[in-house]
Amino acid sequence: MFQEAPSFWQNGPAPGSFYNFPNTTFNQLQNSASDAFKHSQSPVTTATSIVALVYDAGVIIAGDILGSYGSLARYRNCSRVLKVNNNIILGAGGDYGDFQYVKALLNQKIIDEECLDDGLKLKPKSLHCWLTRIMYNRRSKFDPFWNNFVVGGLQDGVPFLGTVDKLGTAYEDKIICTGYGAHIVTPMIRAALDKNPNINKAEAKALVLKAMEVLYYRDARSYPKFEIATLDQDGVEIAGPIDVSQNWEIAHFVR
Amino acid sequence: MTSILCPEIPNAGFSFENCKRNTLLQSKGLSLPKATKTGTTIVGIQIKDGIVLGADTRATEDTTVADKNCEKIHYIAPNIYCCGAGTAADTEMSTQMISSQLALHSLYTNRQVRVCTANMMLKQYLFRYQGYIGAALILGGVDSTGPHLYQIYPHGSTDKLPFTTMGSGSLAAMAVFESRWKPDMEETEGIQLVRDAIAAGIFNDLGSGSNVDICVIRKSGVDYKRTYEEANKKGTRQNSYRYPRGATAVLSTKIQNIEIETTVQHIEPMDTA
Amino acid sequence: MHSVMDSRPFFEDYSVKPMQRQFSPYADNGGSIIAISGNDFVVIGADTRLSSGYSIYTRDQNKLFKLSDTTVLGCSGCWCDTLSLTRILNARMQMYEQEHNKKMSTPACAQMLSTMLYYKRFFPYYISNILVGLDSEGKGCVYSYDPIGHTERSSYRAGGSAGALLQPLLDNQVGMKNMQNVQNEPLTIERAVGILKDTFISAAERDIYTGDSIKINVITKDGIKEDTFELRKD
Repeated sequence: MFQEAPSFWQNGPAPGSFYNFPNTTFNQLQNSASDAFKHSQSPVTTATSIVALVYDAGVIIAGDILGSYGSLARYRNCSRVLKVNNNIILGAGGDYGDFQYVKALLNQKIIDEECLDDGLKLKPKSLHCWLTRIMYNRRSKFDPFWNNFVVGGLQDGVPFLGTVDKLGTAYEDKIICTGYGAHIVTPMIRAALDKNPNINKAEAKALVLKAMEVLYYRDARSYPKFEIATLDQDGVEIAGPIDVSQNWEIAHFVR
Repeated sequence: MTSILCPEIPNAGFSFENCKRNTLLQSKGLSLPKATKTGTTIVGIQIKDGIVLGADTRATEDTTVADKNCEKIHYIAPNIYCCGAGTAADTEMSTQMISSQLALHSLYTNRQVRVCTANMMLKQYLFRYQGYIGAALILGGVDSTGPHLYQIYPHGSTDKLPFTTMGSGSLAAMAVFESRWKPDMEETEGIQLVRDAIAAGIFNDLGSGSNVDICVIRKSGVDYKRTYEEANKKGTRQNSYRYPRGATAVLSTKIQNIEIETTVQHIEPMDTA
Repeated sequence: MHSVMDSRPFFEDYSVKPMQRQFSPYADNGGSIIAISGNDFVVIGADTRLSSGYSIYTRDQNKLFKLSDTTVLGCSGCWCDTLSLTRILNARMQMYEQEHNKKMSTPACAQMLSTMLYYKRFFPYYISNILVGLDSEGKGCVYSYDPIGHTERSSYRAGGSAGALLQPLLDNQVGMKNMQNVQNEPLTIERAVGILKDTFISAAERDIYTGDSIKINVITKDGIKEDTFELRKD
């Protein structure tokens, strides 16, 4: 039986890689080594904490607008809270490139739904679940999206707040902070909401403002300009960039 | 012979004789025993003419709670106290040692010791061991020059600050201070602030828990409030877990009489004449 | 590379070696599960604390998943794996019902879970599973699993972060182990729920990953009754 020789140009090299000659022992050895694909295992341009909470009539999500390049404060206008549709807002932390990629996927998803023209709109729980699957899929390929997403919205009129991390770990809560915010300001916001469980929009905004101020004092990757997205029956409002109020009087007490 | 096996007075300082052996064993896969960490939220603030120190009371061994009510505010001198976070043994022994050195110093100079002296001795001691003595401390006290608060890292670096927090709950506690601390607070206000900072650590940091200890130091004296607040009440049990008599298995019984030999010895009273 | 023969200590902080951040696809999100069965019932409880490292994600996470009217699964461990596994499980339950025109029995469900776990033998779901329900005779049953599908039927079980802490307590109080001259009276629902709550109180005292509150499901032939109970929050 005549065995056809494998075509020389078949399955040509992927962009950026060399062609591996088939059926050569030398290359088979090489192949086994180069088959092991090295994925990017750490974030590059990063964004820090997201602070989010539920108030009596809706949700509020805030994040500063700094894109850090390692310890370098490199990009100073990286918006990362956005409106998805009339009843969903989204906040993202972690790798900014991965966020932009997921955002593109999401925008296409919204367009696809619009094209169906069935009058149905994406709901926050559905988006939250979808993000869970996307993140879990990529972590299972050992090539994670290095992000924390916070989804806020109104699910049939009831405020919803949920989060997904780079593994696909997801949960819902009334208070969600990611990154350093989880360690620094979650305790503060939990204490405030324990005292007064049904805060209104103005109180929620004041609380978030205070949280961003405290984060600016203690998180070295934070920035004194941030954006706030709010969502309730009146619709989505994205405010900012807002300046963090600062007080450095304390510096005089350090001697 | 005994003097070789167990010298009555050991050499000063630590014994390093097993270090080489241990690194060798470790490289061959032996895991060395883990020390108890205090997990911890500890804080300190300056108030009007005084210092307030605070601590939680949980000590952890990995993910289990080793001690539910340990003392993390250590005595240094009558006018100085010190909160410790990190390796439990290191915080206890280093504060104890510096305390005794300062007591001698106080007797020698016939003066009340100053906080900066304690700070200097602690940092020089810790620096010599390059971070291997895992003690993260908050040192507070009042002396002839007023109230002082220091933060000391295991490597030996120190800061003199108006308010500070340390341990795994330091971030939770720091948010409380960053949003609410102000200069020259009254004692009640200061105690409330410290309580809230420790409570933030207790409830939000898994390494911290149980109760709040507070220590107020003023020129007039020290008010050490051990268990200032029981932040968590233990749940009440539904059932009784008393064992009925005879639940313990007796495998065998053997009775042996003890033979007692008695000799009566009459002791003559000493002649004191 | 630091060698043994080199007697100088190694300081990571001052090392010039490049720092590499390793990606791990797993997380330990803690949580404990306890299940106790009786002649005509079974109770299962799970704490509601979801955590990672030293921080609490949420104090109110249900870790009990209702698979059918007589079957409940309790999961603790890697939460992202739990979410994926339970989603597939629910789909498989529905497929079975539509294909066979009947509900899946608890023992069948237990076998399916084992197969699904072993399917991922070389990239396991990092979960401690405890499945409970009523068998074909209406008796309570408890199935426990390791992460790669080993399974065992027993009458009571503790699993999750405080599992090793609690199992001996259940052995003594439910299994009547290491005791003499005690009658092994059949367990009532009240006593089982009481023991379950008390065991969780003990777990919350000593395990940092167990606390906040517990969710309890009591399964009898009349259905599933839910209950909650508060634990310490530190």
